[in-house]
Amino acid sequence: MHNFTPLSGFLGGALIGLAAAMLMLLTGRIAGVSGVVGGLLQAGAADRGWRIAFVAGLVAAPLIAALFGAPLPRPAMDASLAVIALAGLLVGFGTRMGNGCTSGHGVCGFARLSVRSIAATLIFMLVAFATVALVRHGLGG
Amino acid sequence: MPAIVASFICGLIFGAGLLISGMTDPQKVLGFLDIFGAWDATLAFVMGGAVAVSAVGFAIARQRSAPALAAQFRWPDRSDIDAPLVTGAVLFGIGWGLAGICPGPALVNFAGLSTPIVVFVVAMILGMIGYELWRRRATAPDTIDTALPSRADG
Repeated sequence: MHNFTPLSGFLGGALIGLAAAMLMLLTGRIAGVSGVVGGLLQAGAADRGWRIAFVAGLVAAPLIAALFGAPLPRPAMDASLAVIALAGLLVGFGTRMGNGCTSGHGVCGFARLSVRSIAATLIFMLVAFATVALVRHGLGG
Repeated sequence: MPAIVASFICGLIFGAGLLISGMTDPQKVLGFLDIFGAWDATLAFVMGGAVAVSAVGFAIARQRSAPALAAQFRWPDRSDIDAPLVTGAVLFGIGWGLAGICPGPALVNFAGLSTPIVVFVVAMILGMIGYELWRRRATAPDTIDTALPSRADG
């Protein structure tokens, strides 16, 4: 069904790491997407400019790729819209409560060897493994 | 202004990395998370590449006194594993496992404006706002943590 693509995975990952390294070296900020977006939603936040610019860059990436003939990302999703909405709520609430997501804890936190981020990453990975196991193999599957 | 442009370019490169890595496809992410199915280890290689390159960049940054376009490095300064970190990671893990999407890929995919992605992004932002409101209600007004959002881990 879906093939193992280690080379493009590693290359894409290296670009993600480059972006995180550049953001720190240039602006002194951690490239954690949930933190960048969450900071926009806090009352009285005075540093919205770079946050909006980073998010705009994320959204612009596929638009620029489309200029060169790549299709816009419209991924197929098996889950119902109700489950997708629930998942979105959990991802939004959970990443703010836990202070980070795959990029902030998983990439930047591991790269900093932060015990806190490594703990968070192991927890959300294990819980995600368990969730997929339940949904795909545990519930009438 | 230069810092704003730099942030945009970093977002662009980050988004390109997510697209090239295949991690904007929830099926591929779920293929990694499905250890009892036809397991696809790609996500581990994405993380490996990302951590390796960012670790080098961070090591260079640690030797400098300030970033090129801002007054100071804003390294996260917490090291404690507290209850909100654990609970938040659990909630995020459930959501990630249900949909196969985390915040970065959600925003990159938003450009395609497909219905499931728009629903996910709107719900994610509502969840984030919900946490802010919940935290404010749970905390007495005079003890609200006024630490800069930049001090958060991610």
